[in-house]
Amino acid sequence: MAETTSASMSEAAKPVSAWIVPVLVGWIVPGGGHFMLKKTGRGALLLVSIGLMFLFGLFMRGMMFTPEKGDILTTLINYGGFVCDMASGIFYFAATMFGYNQPDMPGDVHDYGTKFLVTAGLLNILAMVDAYEIAAGKKD
Amino acid sequence: MPKINLSHFEAAFLFSLFTSVVMGVTSRKTDQERLRYGAYCFGCFIVFLFAIGWAMKLGHG
Repeated sequence: MAETTSASMSEAAKPVSAWIVPVLVGWIVPGGGHFMLKKTGRGALLLVSIGLMFLFGLFMRGMMFTPEKGDILTTLINYGGFVCDMASGIFYFAATMFGYNQPDMPGDVHDYGTKFLVTAGLLNILAMVDAYEIAAGKKD
Repeated sequence: MPKINLSHFEAAFLFSLFTSVVMGVTSRKTDQERLRYGAYCFGCFIVFLFAIGWAMKLGHG
């Protein structure tokens, strides 16, 4: 019984090469992994939602985190924020390349902008996990 | 680059909308279930937005 279960699991498990490309493409272009896997409608919804979230964050002059060390909480916030910002893929790289990253400023609108930028990255991580599940055959 | 100033409600509304779309798209198995789950998430966001807003108003007097 146990052998049968492990045999069926190993049959179901797909090699890394089957899902790594859609996941990486999904990181660089939000929804790109879904486009690769022929899930065009879902990919378009992800691209539009994550892209608009990031754009609104930029237009609200949200701050982009940089990896800075300090006490444990500061380090956690800055490194966590940096990773989440980077998870937006091409939006993050283009914004930093063209100098649209803003310094930290006081104000509720800027604060909302910072949260929008971080959440855009977090949502793209969700999209990458979804692309992985589709590519690995765990989901349609 | 244009600068926009959104109110708390507008920002929270947009945040809820985009997050709900992504949560709906990345979960569940059929399109109908995804649509229903996305709408459910959005509804929850809006209900809690108003509930917490009123709680803060009443709490502060």
